[in-house]
Amino acid sequence: MDMNQYLSMFIDESNDHLQSLNENMLELEKAPDDIGIVQIIFRSAHTLKGMAATMGFEDLSSLTHQMENVLDLVRNEKLKMQDYIFDTLFKSLDALQMMVQDIMNGGDGKADVQSIVTSLQAIVRGEVPGGADSAASSQAAPAAETASTGIQLDEFQYSVLEQSITEGHKVLYIEVAIREDCQLKAARAYLVFDLLERYGEVVKSHPSVQEIEQEKFERSFSLYYITQKDAAELQSMIVNLSEIESAQVMPLDHETLNQLSSGVQEAAAAGTAEAPAAAAAPTDAKPEAPQTAAKAEAKTGARANGGAAPSRTIRVDIERLDVLMNLLSELLIDRSRLEQLAYEIKRSDLTETVEHMSRVGSDLQNIVLKLRMVPIDTVFSRFPRMVRDVAKSLDKKIDLVIVGAETELDRTVIDEIGDPLVHLLRNAVDHGIEPTAQRIAAGKPETGTVQLRAFHSGNHVFIEIEDDGGGIDRDKILNKALKNGIVTQSEAATMSDEQVYMLLFAAGFSTADVISDISGRGVGLDVVRSKIESLSGDVSVTSTLGKGTKFSVQLPLTLSIISAMLIKVGSEKYAIPLSSIVETGIIQRNQIRSVHGYTMVPYRDAHIPLMSLANLFEVADFDENVEEETEIVVIRKGERLAALTIEDFIGQSEIVIKNLGKYLPPVQGVAGATILGDGQVALIVDPNAFIK
Amino acid sequence: MGEELKVIVFKLGEEEYGIEVDKVQTIERMMPITRVPKTYSFVKGVINLRGVVIPVIDLRGRFGLPETEYTDQTRIIIVAVNEMEVGFIVDSANDVMDLNSDVIDSPPDVVGGIKAKYLHGVARISEERLLVMLNLSEVLNRSEIIQLESLED
Repeated sequence: MDMNQYLSMFIDESNDHLQSLNENMLELEKAPDDIGIVQIIFRSAHTLKGMAATMGFEDLSSLTHQMENVLDLVRNEKLKMQDYIFDTLFKSLDALQMMVQDIMNGGDGKADVQSIVTSLQAIVRGEVPGGADSAASSQAAPAAETASTGIQLDEFQYSVLEQSITEGHKVLYIEVAIREDCQLKAARAYLVFDLLERYGEVVKSHPSVQEIEQEKFERSFSLYYITQKDAAELQSMIVNLSEIESAQVMPLDHETLNQLSSGVQEAAAAGTAEAPAAAAAPTDAKPEAPQTAAKAEAKTGARANGGAAPSRTIRVDIERLDVLMNLLSELLIDRSRLEQLAYEIKRSDLTETVEHMSRVGSDLQNIVLKLRMVPIDTVFSRFPRMVRDVAKSLDKKIDLVIVGAETELDRTVIDEIGDPLVHLLRNAVDHGIEPTAQRIAAGKPETGTVQLRAFHSGNHVFIEIEDDGGGIDRDKILNKALKNGIVTQSEAATMSDEQVYMLLFAAGFSTADVISDISGRGVGLDVVRSKIESLSGDVSVTSTLGKGTKFSVQLPLTLSIISAMLIKVGSEKYAIPLSSIVETGIIQRNQIRSVHGYTMVPYRDAHIPLMSLANLFEVADFDENVEEETEIVVIRKGERLAALTIEDFIGQSEIVIKNLGKYLPPVQGVAGATILGDGQVALIVDPNAFIK
Repeated sequence: MGEELKVIVFKLGEEEYGIEVDKVQTIERMMPITRVPKTYSFVKGVINLRGVVIPVIDLRGRFGLPETEYTDQTRIIIVAVNEMEVGFIVDSANDVMDLNSDVIDSPPDVVGGIKAKYLHGVARISEERLLVMLNLSEVLNRSEIIQLESLED
């Protein structure tokens, strides 16, 4: 079998499982006694192990196996989670991550994990450094052995059954005998399995399903079964199948299960129904594994997005979506041509068809756009682990609160925004939150809080990182900026707080020795800003000394589609992004003033610079100087305003941003191009370039 | 014997040029071009090729030949080199030819100067028919363009 075609699936799913493992480990760290979370972790690890083994990544599967051994003891309450175990497990996760990364890069996923494996094995043996609950853990080892040496059940099957009992499902041991004169034993057996699988899950059968299919059994077979049905009801259903001689259905509880699996099989085979009936509490959950997992997750309050939750999604290469988008825009262009033709031909059936097609086209467009939207959770989900590690290394106590992880953003933005956010979060943990002693002295709670929020507002997504730390000391920053020559004395005197904080993003603040001088902020924040700006976003800071700091990142909802005003200058059409337009209007020639050699027009109470788009773009066939009245667009970059003269407005439109192709050098004032309804290319004006 | 080459043959004025067929994506009729301000004079602008925006170069302008009116013979040859997609406006393009690389000679000295850099060689098809093989990556080399412009000024 060619494994390559499964490789990308394996990588994707492994990453999902690692993510879910990470998340749940963090959850568990907060609530170490919650066995429900341990179960989820165990399942994820187990699936990962299975996948790795199937794909032939031995190191990966053996490390996961060791982790499983530890987790197994924990969930059977034979081992208590403690710091050392957490650290070792996290280390194992990191190692797994590295292996998967290696596989992603075409490697064979091999890694030297001997030291981790040794630690894990030591934990299983009960040798936990730092005063462990040795009594509990020393018992654990033999117990685990018993489970794994059971005649009938392997470790995992045993744990599934045991867990099902714990969760209130009915676990049954069923023994079915087929009539002696039956001709097609395998077919009868198949009917029994078919019936059983309708109402629950067969965990293990003896002989194995394959053997039964090949008629490699005498007259009877036995199996372990999880269901919601009553034992008696099942029994009568099985017996009602033709050519079945008898069916013994025995409910199991923890004790009987343990006995059975550790070899007391004769008793069960003899059909001793004296086993105490399972205390099966009624529950809504269906027995299928994914649902059980979902229920367990709900119980622990974890988000149901782990690998165990039922998946109704597929993965699509983003490039294919781009192709789809291109094809769609072609279709939309043809549509407008058809509309034009239908309008000229004036035949009602044609017009109706074209109208219908238009509606379908719009719906299609909406769907394709939505396909590109991804919840920001895909980025946020890796932060809790990172914050934990940073906080731990700095010996701080920090609570990361994530709000609005379901907020959706275009995939292209999602891919880019991770690194800047990592920077800002590290910054908040490292420099925002004060050391514990300082916090206590300031009368604050020992544990610092970093809030990570995402929300939609208009055509933008805001991501805020707010800490309740020491805040930014305005004077310190100013002094540093003066020393570094970033601002002059006279500039410094007139700067607002906001402007001072923004100095943090200046390039000169990003050197290492500066960090310790001013309250530490400034780790490459200039890089953060330029990254965000390259995404057509913006970042701002607000801070209260002693109370905390908030970084606010504003991002466009999507990089590929924006609302724009289409305008005309001579024979040429341009699109101006609505996000930079303040207002549109008309000015008279006699309103234009010359101030300090600049052309200015009155706007509200002030004068703003007036620029001619025809001049800036060297448009040959338009000159506003011959017009008495000229249309203007008031544009904005931050606080600063300017007016652009244009010839005419065409209207507002949603446009798809395309780049100009790799060949052309960046053109000042042009942010890209878009294709209009008539198939023509129009350039997108970048007003930011005109305001200095 | 050298390798067999398939080339697209196009014309600029009286001269015939060749581009290897695997570098050519498609050949299009003239279509509306959107001007891009503040770029090289021979970049005529951008076109919409089935949803993709592609810059187009007037190859006459690129080679310092006088530009002419576009006719219904005018074609845009879309080439892809080094992940760059660019359209070349040429006077006409209506031939595909099989060549053996043996018939391609190095650029003759007479062509000389900077122009020779654009040439991959000259293919002698018959006594009176010569095909100028273009060195596409040099034609598209932007730093070279800047150099050329400063020399032309």
